[in-house]
Amino acid sequence: MTDFETLIPVIGVVTDIRKDTPDVKTFRVVTREGQKPFIHKPGQCAMVSIPGVGEAMFSITSSPTNKEFLEFSIKKCGCLTTWLHAMEVGQEVTVRGPYGNPFPVETEFKGKDMLFIAGGIGLAPLRSVINYIRDNRANYGKVDIVYGSRSMDDLVDFNEIKTEWMNEPDFNVHLTIDRPQPEWDGHVGFVPAFVEELGFDTNKTAVLCGPPIMIKFTLASLIKLGFDKTQVYTTLELRMKCGVGKCGRCNVGDKYVCKDGPVFRCDQLDELPNEY
Amino acid sequence: MLKIELNKLNDLFAKISSSTDLILPVTVAGETNFAKYEDGAEVNLSVQTVKSAKDSFFPQAEDLMKFKTEGKKIDIIDVREKVESFVLFGVRACDYRSFEILDRVFLVDPIDTYYKAKREKGVIVTLACSRPEESCFCSAFGIDATNPLGDVTTYIADGFLYWNANTDKGNALTDAVKDLFAQADSNDEAKIDEQKKNTKEILSKLPYANVDLSGFTPDKLNELFNDAKWEELSEACLGCGSCTFVCPTCQCYDIKDFKTNDGVKRFRCWDSCMYADFTKMAHGNSRNFQLQRFRQRFMHKLVYYPSNNEGIYSCVGCGRCVKKCPISMNIAKVIKTIGGKNND
Repeated sequence: MTDFETLIPVIGVVTDIRKDTPDVKTFRVVTREGQKPFIHKPGQCAMVSIPGVGEAMFSITSSPTNKEFLEFSIKKCGCLTTWLHAMEVGQEVTVRGPYGNPFPVETEFKGKDMLFIAGGIGLAPLRSVINYIRDNRANYGKVDIVYGSRSMDDLVDFNEIKTEWMNEPDFNVHLTIDRPQPEWDGHVGFVPAFVEELGFDTNKTAVLCGPPIMIKFTLASLIKLGFDKTQVYTTLELRMKCGVGKCGRCNVGDKYVCKDGPVFRCDQLDELPNEY
Repeated sequence: MLKIELNKLNDLFAKISSSTDLILPVTVAGETNFAKYEDGAEVNLSVQTVKSAKDSFFPQAEDLMKFKTEGKKIDIIDVREKVESFVLFGVRACDYRSFEILDRVFLVDPIDTYYKAKREKGVIVTLACSRPEESCFCSAFGIDATNPLGDVTTYIADGFLYWNANTDKGNALTDAVKDLFAQADSNDEAKIDEQKKNTKEILSKLPYANVDLSGFTPDKLNELFNDAKWEELSEACLGCGSCTFVCPTCQCYDIKDFKTNDGVKRFRCWDSCMYADFTKMAHGNSRNFQLQRFRQRFMHKLVYYPSNNEGIYSCVGCGRCVKKCPISMNIAKVIKTIGGKNND
């Protein structure tokens, strides 16, 4: 019984809980020995579970360059996530992974100017890549980040954005919120229109993540600006149980999001049936 | 080749089951299914089982692990027991092919060790078909129902069961039971050949024997996906999932937790892509309509699986879904409707 079994998780201890927004918390997880549970690449996911409640796939929001712990930014929206949000520090969970294909940070992204566009909790998987790029700054060009959410209070990782990303050389952060707010002096409006307004150079590689409807319209905006779909990457989310392409539910056409994704290039997505 | 009189089969079953579990078609309350052989069991080798033979390797429900929780602490308890060897007897050619199809899911990296342990310990004794049913269409998938593979192949003809070992596992089983057998001769082989010929004749005349699969190729994935006929095909589908539960190649599973008096048990069980909650998440459902779920099942078997597995279809033409569908819809009708003009 020494065979590696992918369905059997390891125990993780929640060592820190950060309340990012009214419905998003970021959980820091290590093993009982205080180590990072496993090594991952930017954009990969893991199954997190509370026995008796459920198990679900979450993107790993911490950067692979962080060797100490894993972080998951999780929005409260269902049964398991409600339970996770009620946790206190010290609670044990189970984790298994990493799953899926990462963003091509060592190949296609290398040497490129990057444009990250996120909506709401869609920042969670991108944060992993963005911080990876910060830690390997010499390998990448300029970085633009467009991030929008419903309100100022719904911006995930606002602290890190303000204190770190905005002060990083050759990093341009463009924030927007859906509706005006008295304390907000930044841009107001939806992400797709904001992207068009900002009008980026088409020599950039774009990475897009957010609610499906935001991805759809932002992709249209990028195309309008002259981007080709081969320059745009996104990451998908569908229901998963196994994480390894066997339980049969997260497929889009002949591709499994857990195994062949979650990262897809938009021209590759175009070849698949529109069922995600 | 060896032979044993059919009226002595119970001796053979008793002998095999004295040292190892023997799973074979048994009739209980009028329904025949694979089940463990016990004294007095009503073994029935002449009809197709209602459910397929996949249970032996991929059980309808199986425990994966247990958890003990105390306060904030969680302990994982490995519940995997050592799998003992067993004999799976009376597997038809269609079901045997289904194991090869499931292997391509569960035995590719990362290997499903729960499946693998059972697969390694199972000795498969196949049985050649002599009385195909009207719903059968295995020949459409290039399966020879009269000549199944397996560790041992058996044939029933003229009052005898003929026995031919094909593998080391088969030889080992043969050694353990050969006292009960007599040697078959060329006369016997002539009888088997005659029966094979007759069976093939029947098979070729079955209603779905000539469904043409050539229209289902991975390069037509989007064309087939967008075919307008899915609407009429799926219109009456109740989403009951019967087809998926009797199917030998349906591999989709769910993982669920169950709170017991002694911790939490995590098990997996068969699931069905025909069900609305199969893809339902807190934020939405990628397959909201029965049309999408219906299409998923057939596209998976006829296009997606072949696309990832060198053109091999994930259907064996066993016809169980043909018999079980409450609205008389089935994969053969789907193939005929959207599979191109050769099906007209």
